[in-house]
Amino acid sequence: MDWFNSIDWMQLLRCFVVGGFICIIGQILIDKTKLTPARILVIFVTAGAILGGLGIYQYIVDFAGAGATVPLTGFGYNLAKGAIEGVKEFGIIGAFTGGVKAAAGGISAAIFFGYIASLISKPKMKKQ
Amino acid sequence: MSNNPLENKQEYQKYVDEKSPNSPIYKNCFNAFWIGGLICSIGQIIMNICKTRGLDTQLSGTVVSIILIGISAFLTGLNLFNKIGKVAGAGSLVPITGFANSIVAPAMEYKSEGYVMGVGGKMFTVAGPVLVFGISASIIVGLLYLIFNTQSITLV
Amino acid sequence: MKKIGKQTISFDSPPTILSTACIVGPKESQGPLASYFDQCLDDEFWGEKSWEKAESKIIKETVNMAIAKSGVASSSIDYCFAGDLLNQCISSSFGLRDTNIPFFGIFGACSTFVEGLSLAAIFAESGIENLLCAASSHFCSAEKQFRFPLELGNQRTPTSQWTVTGAGAAVVSKSGTGPYITNITPGKIVDMGIKDANNMGSAMAPAALDTLITHFKDTDRNPSYYDAIITGDLGHIGKSILIDLAKKEGYNIKSNYNDCGVLIFDQEKQDTHAGGSGCGCCGSVFSGYLYKQMQDKKLKKILLMATGALTNSTTSQQGESIPGIAHAISIEL
Repeated sequence: MDWFNSIDWMQLLRCFVVGGFICIIGQILIDKTKLTPARILVIFVTAGAILGGLGIYQYIVDFAGAGATVPLTGFGYNLAKGAIEGVKEFGIIGAFTGGVKAAAGGISAAIFFGYIASLISKPKMKKQ
Repeated sequence: MSNNPLENKQEYQKYVDEKSPNSPIYKNCFNAFWIGGLICSIGQIIMNICKTRGLDTQLSGTVVSIILIGISAFLTGLNLFNKIGKVAGAGSLVPITGFANSIVAPAMEYKSEGYVMGVGGKMFTVAGPVLVFGISASIIVGLLYLIFNTQSITLV
Repeated sequence: MKKIGKQTISFDSPPTILSTACIVGPKESQGPLASYFDQCLDDEFWGEKSWEKAESKIIKETVNMAIAKSGVASSSIDYCFAGDLLNQCISSSFGLRDTNIPFFGIFGACSTFVEGLSLAAIFAESGIENLLCAASSHFCSAEKQFRFPLELGNQRTPTSQWTVTGAGAAVVSKSGTGPYITNITPGKIVDMGIKDANNMGSAMAPAALDTLITHFKDTDRNPSYYDAIITGDLGHIGKSILIDLAKKEGYNIKSNYNDCGVLIFDQEKQDTHAGGSGCGCCGSVFSGYLYKQMQDKKLKKILLMATGALTNSTTSQQGESIPGIAHAISIEL
């Protein structure tokens, strides 16, 4: 269990608090503005990309780790970071390839698992 | 309150807002906080495991995304994710789990319209805009970086 | 048949509602009215492959049941009026395609059932012998068409209403011994600018008020004339708005007024927020509960007023407000 011993509990606490806090912002948006889930997700991913592009989100990632990368803002940050790195490496083409390359794992996984789930499972009525 | 709420549309909207119960926002925020924090913490633990196995930060992050997306897809397929989402609200929507759920849910829903145009075509009805805006924003960020950091132009 | 007042039609020889039938889904079967429904399903698919097919089957079987109860041969039913919430009214047309009854597809959103009864009554008064009307809705197919996929982990707002899975059907006849349809007050479209698709009750309440007041003025009646005034699916919020607004207009309906969307579910136990909605809500509550109350003489005069929100997912995405409508019929012994 060396991974267990390697857990930095302070780091985990920062992750929990920051991750939870980002979700609270989302909850306030849902309850106060009546935005649909799709719009909330768009706001978060775009905000993450902008903050990532400005270099601000990097500080939050350094501070909170997965608490900043797991929320959808982290997805946007990842796309923007990838685009910047792409530009550094390949110039203008990199702006088009870098973002999706960095987020490829997540996108592909969502498509693949989504298709598999639809093959084996049927939607059910909410009991409540 | 005005004497006649039906006098015009603004008056009626105000009247309806007074009559309609609000969402229990404190309770919702509390649930969003701890469930959202918990999902992120699970991500952090997966990341730590990846790092102790020698993966770099970028790759560890990808592994975290794939595993969380896999779990969400699995829970959605078991008809459990909506029960979690009902309690958690933004707590399960805002993390990458919500993105995964928003792809899997329409895929399952439109199964009855066939596997190509139903599942394949409708899969992105909710999550499509996320990719459109996220990817477009990242390209703009990349282009702006290119313009403001001209020294980075090496290959063009 | 003559027009009285602004928009009410009064019948000289009031048509009879010969029989009614209703079939409801699993959630409705756990509600307070469960014992009144003719058939309760324990599976929202009812053995079919899709919810749309299930809804068609529900309306088909409900219609067959209503015809069987009426004692009229299916071949003697002259015309049929039916509608539902799905695009192009497919549940009704697919469900009733094998009936061989001349068919009018109607759409009045959740007011469809009363719209059908009104039209059937006019036909009967014009000399047609036997008519059928039916309306259905299905929670899953409605959510799919109007809102989000079922498995999406979103929260329902406190003002949202729960679409009833179920159908109601009635056979209306020129001759019979009651309950009689004595008056109908078809409603106008009223739009007070509500845009929140999760607050249908508030969007429809002004239309309900308009029809209610017009009905009282046209017929020279007042609320106490009726044993019960029942709206279709205003739900808890729409109900309290209607009581409040009617009071401001000088009509106190508090004591004998209720709403099908309020009656069909237990708000606390079943977590249905603002109550039930859908064509099947008014259809099944009238066919199951109210009609039986009239047969048992517990209710002798009722005003049934179904309300509809005339919206779809395109208009709500384009930021349009929700026009409401309400049709009222007086049913008396």
